[in-house]
Amino acid sequence: MWKRTPEQIRHLIVPVVVLIVLYFGVRHLLIPSTYGLWGHYRANSVIENAEIPVKYAGSEACADCHSEISATKKEGFHRGLACETCHGAAYIHTQDQEKQKPQIPRTRANCLLCHEYQPSRPTGFPQVVSESHNPLKLCTACHQPHDPKPPHPPKGCEACHATIQRTISISRHGSLACTTCHEVPVNHKLSPRANMAKKPQTRDACGKCHAQDSTAGKEIPRVDMATHGGKYLCWECHYPHMPGAR
Amino acid sequence: MDHEIARLYETLKLVVGFIYPNEIELGWNLLIVVYPYITGLVAGAFILASLVKVFKVKEVQPTYRLALLTALSFLLVAPLPLVVHLTHPERGYEMFMTPSPTSAMAMFGFVYIWYLMAVLLMEIWFDYRKDFLELADQEKGYKRFVYRLLSLFTKDRSHEAFAFDKKAVYAITVVGIPSAFLLHGYVGFIFGSVKANPWWSSVLMPIVFLFSAIVSGIALVLLIYMVVVLLKRQEPDMACIDKLASFLFYMMIVDFSLEFLDFVHRIYQSEESIHILAQLISERLFTSLIVIQLILGMIIPLVAIALIKMFKWPAEIRRLSYFIVGLLVQFGIFSTRWNVVIGGQLFSKSFRGLTAYKMSVGGIEGLLVSLVFLVLPFVILYVLIRWLPPWEKEETPPVQG
Amino acid sequence: MEKEGPGDSPDKGKRDFCRMILVGVASLSVPGALVAATERKSLSDWYGIKYKPAEHLYAMGIKVDRCIGCGRCVDACKKENNVPDYPFYFRTWVERYIETEDGQTTVDSPNGGKDGFRAPVSDKRIFKTFFVPKICNQCEKPPCVQVCPVGATYRTEDGVVLVDSKWCIGCRYCIQACPYGMRYIHPTRRVADKCTFCYHRVVKGLLPACVEVCPTQARVFGDLKSKASPIIQFMRFNKTFVLKPGLNTEPKVYYADIDLEVR
Repeated sequence: MWKRTPEQIRHLIVPVVVLIVLYFGVRHLLIPSTYGLWGHYRANSVIENAEIPVKYAGSEACADCHSEISATKKEGFHRGLACETCHGAAYIHTQDQEKQKPQIPRTRANCLLCHEYQPSRPTGFPQVVSESHNPLKLCTACHQPHDPKPPHPPKGCEACHATIQRTISISRHGSLACTTCHEVPVNHKLSPRANMAKKPQTRDACGKCHAQDSTAGKEIPRVDMATHGGKYLCWECHYPHMPGAR
Repeated sequence: MDHEIARLYETLKLVVGFIYPNEIELGWNLLIVVYPYITGLVAGAFILASLVKVFKVKEVQPTYRLALLTALSFLLVAPLPLVVHLTHPERGYEMFMTPSPTSAMAMFGFVYIWYLMAVLLMEIWFDYRKDFLELADQEKGYKRFVYRLLSLFTKDRSHEAFAFDKKAVYAITVVGIPSAFLLHGYVGFIFGSVKANPWWSSVLMPIVFLFSAIVSGIALVLLIYMVVVLLKRQEPDMACIDKLASFLFYMMIVDFSLEFLDFVHRIYQSEESIHILAQLISERLFTSLIVIQLILGMIIPLVAIALIKMFKWPAEIRRLSYFIVGLLVQFGIFSTRWNVVIGGQLFSKSFRGLTAYKMSVGGIEGLLVSLVFLVLPFVILYVLIRWLPPWEKEETPPVQG
Repeated sequence: MEKEGPGDSPDKGKRDFCRMILVGVASLSVPGALVAATERKSLSDWYGIKYKPAEHLYAMGIKVDRCIGCGRCVDACKKENNVPDYPFYFRTWVERYIETEDGQTTVDSPNGGKDGFRAPVSDKRIFKTFFVPKICNQCEKPPCVQVCPVGATYRTEDGVVLVDSKWCIGCRYCIQACPYGMRYIHPTRRVADKCTFCYHRVVKGLLPACVEVCPTQARVFGDLKSKASPIIQFMRFNKTFVLKPGLNTEPKVYYADIDLEVR
């Protein structure tokens, strides 16, 4: 039968078969042995990725030797802040103290990375405008980094609610104290989340000044509290910190 | 590396709006524009050749072998820009060793091998076997050995053997047409299947790629035929050229309709990406898309051939017009590839900004290397024409002077 | 190659030809054979034995309302993972969204947010503004894994998408396929690179570097297969969202309090 196939086919098949056999032979040589064990990839690569050396030790590692500082930090406002965020990667230091000494940041710039005022930062986060907040002093002069209580609680609310303060200060409510509408517990400035300030709950809160029969100043606009705004509460339409805006 | 970093800093200044930080650098550059352009020419030239064998269009017979050799020269160069573009070209073999079955790019390696070995080389071999035998008889020394080798040391000159050759060519061409569709349609699929990119992600992408490939392939063979005939100081076969231009015209109508459909579809659906894509076209792609691809590469050639068909101009005018049309089409289709590949990377996936492509002139991925890859197939074609003469003996007139 | 003489057998040319092909092809296999030969024969004495990947499924939660845009995460990631310090290569970054009262939204991420942000300069009044950290979503249906032609990127059993930097050929298809722009070509290693959820830390019970240093716990990391994990609490108490859900990549990074302007 072989002799009966056309000569062209016979002469073509030989190199084709040789190439195919070579291909499968070479595959065996060139494909790494762990390829395909766990999926369509080289299984050894998972191990290689898993055994990359670690650079950050993790916040739990520091407490082993620096127990006092850890204990202090656990009680203060920086309890959620990892040691290595300010002191840099320290894994080598945990293995061999002398080989790597973590840095101690001593400039204002380090603290300002988080605490410089930015309107995009969420309300309630303590922020300062560095140009006006003791510009010639180091932060550490007044704030102990491991227990950063301010030397005295902030006088106003703007230390943590700066954007709101900026918004309200150019509005018609600018002269109002925050406590006019917000009931602020005594310890709110010491431990904010445990002692949250309250927001008004009823229309009467605004009605104190804006109802027809209110005894507040003549320049304050009055509305008929019974009919104005239907079923809505006042702040569902009017933004109290910028009441002129819709 | 400093060179690259410096270029990236330059690119940073050209960014408009917001892009994801990693998007500053275009992953696929000029080399990846050259690649679909070249495979497009291969597919187009082969489809043209198939017109002769399968659809029995006798007028374009003079271009049959030329089209096959053109397809082969470009196919041989096609993988080069891809390999050069890899950051680890020495690992390029991995695509054949551990191809991922879900990856269009991996499957493409095998489609390429299939098309090269089982279709193109086979067809050329069967068509030329008789010539190889005859040339082996005529030549002496190492040339004789080469022709014996090319004929794979076959000796059968019987009538049945040559009849078998002819049948084989027909069968291979029939298989070859869908293979050519697959070869270049696959490139379209590589882009069209990327759901992350709304400029590429489209069902029409493989079809549009294919038809613009056919357009460019026909135009290329038309150009090469006219140049070769000019160099051999022969009279060009006007019936052949007119027929080629006619096919070019019809294929361009189809291609234009498809691209127009894509455009209308996009505007009508008006998906989220429409704003950034409109900005992309007006700010980054205006010259390459509106001016080169559309007006120079599509509208003017269509109008020119339509006018020729209507007014039946004299042969000299027709030849000149076809030549210019052929060149314009090449620029137009190259620009099409540019607009797809580069255009798709110029806008951010955040839909909020545009980056820029700073093309380098030198370097392994620069303009000069791309030009070499575009010129190289013609060098190969020259060698092929010398060793595998595309004209039957009877067609060659006696040498002048 | 000796020329064929009249006395040679007719098969001599064929044998020479075959020999030439064999030697040529065999020599192409040398570099690959070297790679395969240096492969370890036994896999590992701890991975799969002491640490069983199938028992874990890692995910991250991001509380947008807590991010202060300090960029410590970007900085720590670059240090932990040897990412070069140029503004073009990031495994994670922070974006700032500023929506002004005229309805326009501006987004920026200077150097990925690594050095923090400067105060916005604009005449327009700000309506709403916030920071959004971005990171590889470690998708359950990763398009990057789907398109890799050689299997150089893959998803582990514990849900992390990794890159095999010894196998990657640098075709950049994965970079095109990622809808979130999370992948890039490492400039010195010349292979694809991306966030790995600090896999080398996570399998040891540590947190990814970005989660470790975040001062406000905007990033929450954990094991979805665990009964008690920060991520479980996060998923329970927040209405979560993922980026580009329409693309069906099934991300494992969940956002709480995210805004409609975020892409």
